[in-house]
Amino acid sequence: MTPIQIDFGKPERVVGIDLGTTNSLVAYLDSAQHPVVIPGEDGDKLVPSVVTLTKKGDIVVGNKARAALIDEPDRTVYSIKRLMGRGVGDVQDELKLFPFRIAEGSESVIRILLGERTFTPPEISAFILRQLKKNAEAFLGEPVTKAVITVPAYFNDAQRQATKDAGRIAGLEVLRLVNEPTAAALAYGLDKRREGIVAVYDLGGGTFDISILKLHEGIFEVLATNGDTHLGGDDIDNRLIHIALEDVRTEWGKDISHYGDAVQALRRAVIEAKERLSFVPSTKIEFGYKGKRYQREITRELFEKLIADIVDRTLGPCRNCIKDADVTVEQIDEVVLVGGSTRIPMVRNAVETLFRAKPHTDLNPDEVVALGAAVQAGILSGTVENQLLLDVTPLSLGIETMGGVVSKLIHRNSTIPASATETFTTAVDGQRNVLIHVLQGERELAKDNRSLARFDLKDIDPLPAGMARIEVRFLIDANGILNVTARDARTGKEQSVEIKPSYGLTDEQVEAMISESIDRAEEDFRARQVAEARVEADRILAAVDKAKQNDAYLDLTDQERSEITRALNELLVVYHADDHLLIRAKIEQLNNATMKLAENMINTAVSSALKGTKI
Amino acid sequence: MNPVPSNYYDFFGLEHKLDLDLPDLEKRFYALSRQYHPDRYTLKSREEQQYALDATAILNDAYRTLRDPLARAEYLLKENGFDIGEQGSKNVPTELLEEVFELNMALEELRGGDESARPALEEARKKFVAMRDQIDSDLQARFAEYDRTRDRDVLADIRGMLNRRRYVRNLVNEVEKELAGAAA
Repeated sequence: MTPIQIDFGKPERVVGIDLGTTNSLVAYLDSAQHPVVIPGEDGDKLVPSVVTLTKKGDIVVGNKARAALIDEPDRTVYSIKRLMGRGVGDVQDELKLFPFRIAEGSESVIRILLGERTFTPPEISAFILRQLKKNAEAFLGEPVTKAVITVPAYFNDAQRQATKDAGRIAGLEVLRLVNEPTAAALAYGLDKRREGIVAVYDLGGGTFDISILKLHEGIFEVLATNGDTHLGGDDIDNRLIHIALEDVRTEWGKDISHYGDAVQALRRAVIEAKERLSFVPSTKIEFGYKGKRYQREITRELFEKLIADIVDRTLGPCRNCIKDADVTVEQIDEVVLVGGSTRIPMVRNAVETLFRAKPHTDLNPDEVVALGAAVQAGILSGTVENQLLLDVTPLSLGIETMGGVVSKLIHRNSTIPASATETFTTAVDGQRNVLIHVLQGERELAKDNRSLARFDLKDIDPLPAGMARIEVRFLIDANGILNVTARDARTGKEQSVEIKPSYGLTDEQVEAMISESIDRAEEDFRARQVAEARVEADRILAAVDKAKQNDAYLDLTDQERSEITRALNELLVVYHADDHLLIRAKIEQLNNATMKLAENMINTAVSSALKGTKI
Repeated sequence: MNPVPSNYYDFFGLEHKLDLDLPDLEKRFYALSRQYHPDRYTLKSREEQQYALDATAILNDAYRTLRDPLARAEYLLKENGFDIGEQGSKNVPTELLEEVFELNMALEELRGGDESARPALEEARKKFVAMRDQIDSDLQARFAEYDRTRDRDVLADIRGMLNRRRYVRNLVNEVEKELAGAAA
């Protein structure tokens, strides 16, 4: 095997990432074009989407961070996806149920407190992405810089932009955001039937999506999508936690709902019970806190009563999606289940009843989205040739007009990229600016929809009122993200547009975070080199200590011995310096000084071995 | 990178007709998507990526317009210099005046909580849906006629029918909303 393999003909590797509410995964296409999930350092394919800031100031992600949820709840965050692309105003409900600690001054961008530092949701997601990137690099033995990242189909523009920002902060070029149910269909469609209509029901940790696709000769055309970005397994867990907290209050006479560590331990216990209930008709929720024990029996029957309305809430979007796709239930050939929550028998039954078809479960519902993302990565890098995804925008795009009414420009379920052009003019003589308020949603009034951004058309030529003609083009790209350009229709000149996003980070903020993360990456790299040098120093120091006990040491000259002592002391002096080059230089010096000693030891070993041998 | 045609029919390589073969349109759409979709240009230059994005946006807008008979007819009317605005559909077509008057009365009663108006509304809904379906089949006939004759007078007729259809559609939507709302 040659040490370095250079193959310039090989297309650059693109990985597929499922950035989930509960777990995240990274997958790639192997040489046989099969999607494979890449395991992490601990061998686990699922990286829990949990981030903790240790007391030493290191960021830890995944299973280790999950342990910190109980030990260090103030320095740990989970389910951050729920906050992506959102403002403080619209997460008040979440804050009642999730232990997010929001920092002061979180008007347009939420800032989360971890210990003494604050992070935006994209930065926290970037930590998860960086861990996945690291796992992929370790596994593939090459740098990974390009990725496809999946998002819930029902994510709006701000949530998508936030996800893209997270990728950039993590040092990944995000080639495409792919909708999760579409990715799942891609994973399923590869070796399956190539024709027909497929519904994908995706109930994850925090989001619900339903998509209906038409498969035809390798084209995956999404007909319609619907969903709820705040509905998932987390909500089920919260129901169980609520009951247990009530029980504890009565049994122990104590309200433990404000103790972060207790609630997290309880959360772990109810999740385990929930998972067992998918396989057994009855189980126990068991939980201990500060020497006290809590235990209760829970039957599947009771569990189903508790979650019936949550399961029910997924059915409305399904019916709307079928209607929007302009198909009948009978025309749907297959139903695919995605997301851990679809393991719950009640969910499966509900899907089966609604679609009158037995749902597919042959792929692991936790992995199927990541596998599909890897396939899409293969499509983008040109290694998968026949497949093509045609996705849609989940929400209508419109602008605010007179009286706060929305005028729709691009309707929901339009195939993307999609565009619309509108001409704007001025209302008063000499007006230089026109402000356009862009919204997303289905409601009639602007105030009932999601504000995306305000676009300020600037430096308009001063003209009598109504004379200016500014043509504005709204373009939703293949990621589902809005791009706006404008030109003066009279002069044909490009018109400058200033974008003020309603939620999320400005481009400058993202740039600042990227450079900070690069600084940190350098810092991290240096720290690793120092740590490695110290490990080596430890090894040689221990070896020299041991050698001093050897007879060979006594055979050295005084000068040789004092040289060893000097080199040893000098290494000890630089040992705690943050300079790996210096440490390595002193290791080298000690190595040289002990050369003779090592030789003598080998000779002694040989002669003593000979002595011990009876000839 | 030749600029793509901005005219929807030309993009699809189709004659400017009102009656289109939908399966054929879909086949062309898939073939053109394979050719222009941004996924095929991800690792190309920035200019090529922009080209693919712009071309596919036009392609998708074109497909959305051409596959829907009404949007298609409006597009062709506009192409032929007809003014298409919402205004035309706001004026009550004279032949419907009486029925719309009665309908509004019934809607008022139901809004006021008078459930006895419900059967009349159900009846009205059926009538307007039938009317809409009738216009659709009439339109289909006029589409074929235009494609055969290329007669501008036929287009003018079609415009009037489209306005009437839009008006009837709005009525149906309103009645259905009211019926569903009152039941909830």
